[in-house]
Amino acid sequence: MRAYVAIFEARFRALLQYRAAALAGLATQVFWGLVRVMIFTAFYASSTGAQPMTLPEVITYVWLTQALLMMLPWRPDPDVEQLIRSGNVAYELVRPVDLHGLWLARAVAQRTAPVLLRCLPMVVLAYSVFGMAGPAGPLPALAFAVSLCATVALSAALTALLSVSTFFTLTGRGLHSLVIGVLNLMSGAIIPLPLLPEWIQPLVRVLPFRGLLDTPFRLYMGHLPPEAALQAVGHQLLWTVLLVLAGRWLLARALRRVVVQGG
Amino acid sequence: MAQIVVEDLRKRFVVAERRAGMLGALAGVVRRRHRVVEALAGVGFRVDEGELVGYIGPNGAGKSTTVKVLAGILVPDGGRCEVQGRVPWLERVEHVARIGVVFGQRTQLWWDLPVVESFELLREIYRVDRQQYRVRLDALVNALDVGAVLDVPVRQLSLGQRMRCDVVAALLHAPQLLFLDEPTIGLDAPAKLAVREFVRRLNRERGTTVILTTHDMDDIEALCSRVVVIDHGRISCDGSLDHLRERAGVGRRIIVDLERDEPLAPTDARVVSREGTRVVLAFDPVRTPAAALVARITREHAVRDLFVENPPIEEIVARLYGEADARGEAEPRPEPREDPS
Amino acid sequence: MLESLRVYGCYVAVALRGQLQYRGSVVMGALGNLMVTGVELFGLWALFDRFGQIQGWTLAEVALLYGMANVSLALAEIVGRGFRVFDQLVKSGDFDRLLLRPRGTAFQVAAQHFELARVGRLIQGLAVLVYALVAQGLLRPGAELVLVVGSIVGGACTFMGVFVLQATVAFFTIESLELFAIITYGGVETAQYPLSIYGDGLRRFFTWVVPLAFANFVPGVVVLGRPERFGPEWLAWASPLVGVGFFWVCLRVWRVGERYYRSTGS
Ligand SMILES: Nc1ncnc2c1ncn2[C@@H]1O[C@H](COP(=O)(O)OP(=O)(O)OP(=O)(O)O)[C@@H](O)[C@H]1O
Ligand SMILES: [Mg+2]
Repeated sequence: MRAYVAIFEARFRALLQYRAAALAGLATQVFWGLVRVMIFTAFYASSTGAQPMTLPEVITYVWLTQALLMMLPWRPDPDVEQLIRSGNVAYELVRPVDLHGLWLARAVAQRTAPVLLRCLPMVVLAYSVFGMAGPAGPLPALAFAVSLCATVALSAALTALLSVSTFFTLTGRGLHSLVIGVLNLMSGAIIPLPLLPEWIQPLVRVLPFRGLLDTPFRLYMGHLPPEAALQAVGHQLLWTVLLVLAGRWLLARALRRVVVQGG
Repeated sequence: MAQIVVEDLRKRFVVAERRAGMLGALAGVVRRRHRVVEALAGVGFRVDEGELVGYIGPNGAGKSTTVKVLAGILVPDGGRCEVQGRVPWLERVEHVARIGVVFGQRTQLWWDLPVVESFELLREIYRVDRQQYRVRLDALVNALDVGAVLDVPVRQLSLGQRMRCDVVAALLHAPQLLFLDEPTIGLDAPAKLAVREFVRRLNRERGTTVILTTHDMDDIEALCSRVVVIDHGRISCDGSLDHLRERAGVGRRIIVDLERDEPLAPTDARVVSREGTRVVLAFDPVRTPAAALVARITREHAVRDLFVENPPIEEIVARLYGEADARGEAEPRPEPREDPS
Repeated sequence: MLESLRVYGCYVAVALRGQLQYRGSVVMGALGNLMVTGVELFGLWALFDRFGQIQGWTLAEVALLYGMANVSLALAEIVGRGFRVFDQLVKSGDFDRLLLRPRGTAFQVAAQHFELARVGRLIQGLAVLVYALVAQGLLRPGAELVLVVGSIVGGACTFMGVFVLQATVAFFTIESLELFAIITYGGVETAQYPLSIYGDGLRRFFTWVVPLAFANFVPGVVVLGRPERFGPEWLAWASPLVGVGFFWVCLRVWRVGERYYRSTGS
């Protein structure tokens, strides 16, 4: 918990400190959103067939994605990565803390710190200027909020797992870019999941990544009946638990190796 | 002929201040505070061809800033500056092709490369003829004794080895003017001596003009006929070492070992310190000839041993630096400035 | 000129030797890069798979734009890496030593780095480009192919110019560099589709401010024989020059920014 508070504060301060950077980040997100909206609009304008999503839905989806961008697990925790690469992680073992728990707390802090300065302004802007729709009602709004918390947990579990994987990929960031490539596609950050080809959908449904963007979006739009909504959040939480367990197991193995090799 | 002409050179840095605490960070979003540091506040001097000038001053006085302006790295805010007839920052490429610079704090060499490959690359960059390069490299390697480390990557060199290689690198294109910014920092005694001896010979035999910045007063005493003292961005003294001594008013000293513990206080000398039977006196050799003073002391007291010496240069310098502080220029005055950008 | 090229070669040899010490890292980096850009390509394909065409442009036609834009950016990334990490050089004060050498500073910054890992995008872009050229029957000697290659070089110059501008800003502040990602990565994202699908503001920006339009859309329209002509035909044939001109302007701006370099305090 202390780690959480400390890192949250540090991140938050960094965001405040570099206010120009925060503004630039916001501008970048807006630009990206606008371009993608124009691309989708053009696609919809040139086809008459029925699609799994309407254009206004896609537009809302694009803006929600832009708002949640900072919550996605784009890369391992840079500090932890540095710790592992330099070998200093051996010293961490002397401390009476649960290492994976600590890293998880750090990841949660990292993902929640930008909410106030990056996500909220984006949502306000998109809602008031760029035609993003509001939540479908009070109940969907509540479901969205719950699912968003699960998204943060899932995102943190993935971040921690990515950090741990640094032990096994000391030579470079290749594996990370690989994971991020998959994550990009399967989370729906590139195009909304329903617009992907049919044959890939079964895979998309099983993998954890849809819990990052697609699930909160569906709840936001009120697309899911109550029991399906519960199921969707259950999917997020189940994967969070599995990924945490996987992270702990991998970390234990990696540390055993570190100890045997004498650091 | 004047190699360097500097007049009324000015340079200020605007430094952003950070406020402490979470509230400070929040306040910083709205308003930022800035502080102006006057690194050079009207510096002026001339250096003629073949001189070896020591450029000294306390930490933060503006030495490195001056060197950076003269080397074409920084553009000053005002004043005139000509080096070998060129304005450094206006004709940078022509200018730097004819000077050598060594910053003791950081290397000019490529970290991952063996030393000799750095030299090769520099040969290409400075357009040095292959024949000339060979001759010069041999001479420099011999003089600085770095033959054994030529094939070692720079990151594996010891500080002393690296510094000597840096000096070689700065001279491969045979510049007539050399800037050395703390070239002996962190070196052990033999390495210091080697660098010093090399610089002396470079100046004597090849007539290279050298500007030497250092905190090691032995460097100054061993090498420099002329010393320029800078303090808080202003030249506070410029002249020979003797001139410096005079300015500091430290005088010469007599150290007397008495036979017994008795009072010793001649009227024309000042007691600097007294420890048991050892008394240190300071006097002004112009007003009081040393011989007369010695004669008087030995006549009036039972003396076991006695010798006359010049005060260590450290003391002179401390005196000079302290003087500036006493004039009330202790800190470059911060000028807090609110700017709501 | 030739002599500068040789010195550039020396620098690159040094940089490559450094990177090849960590061969595994380079290979993995390139694979990862290929993967990330490959996934983007898959997204583009999926959209065409679903919608069939975008304002009358088929996948094969858009592939030409996509290939040209990505090859341009990849070339600029490989050669211009030094400018993208330039803020570190300013922060650490290591730019000092570049100023101490009798060569252009922009030249040295570019020469210091050479990013092999970005060949991932290059390979992917080239593959798409070749597919598009084959599909259009353009992969034969002729004026069209010359225009395509020339425009790619011009586009690389445009991207380089943006990298140079980004680095120039670092002389004043290191805070808002992220904004330039809009122009480079936003630019390549935009340029992957025909410029005619976008709103006026965006179109004007990428034509008159940062002339990315001339990297693929303007010449592409002529090569593909499509109706969305921009200006007289000779202008399309002059597209490579636009990028070169933009790069030249950016270098002038760099020269001005350089005078505001303040080194570090120690
Ligand atoms: N790039 C910079 N940004 C901000 N302040 C600077 C910069 N460079 C120098 N200063 C300030 O200008 C003053 C003079 O610095 P300079 O490096 O010239 O001192 P110096 O005489 O070389 O000191 P030292 O003996 O410690 O090396 C100092 O107060 C320093 O903090
Ligand atoms: Mg200094």
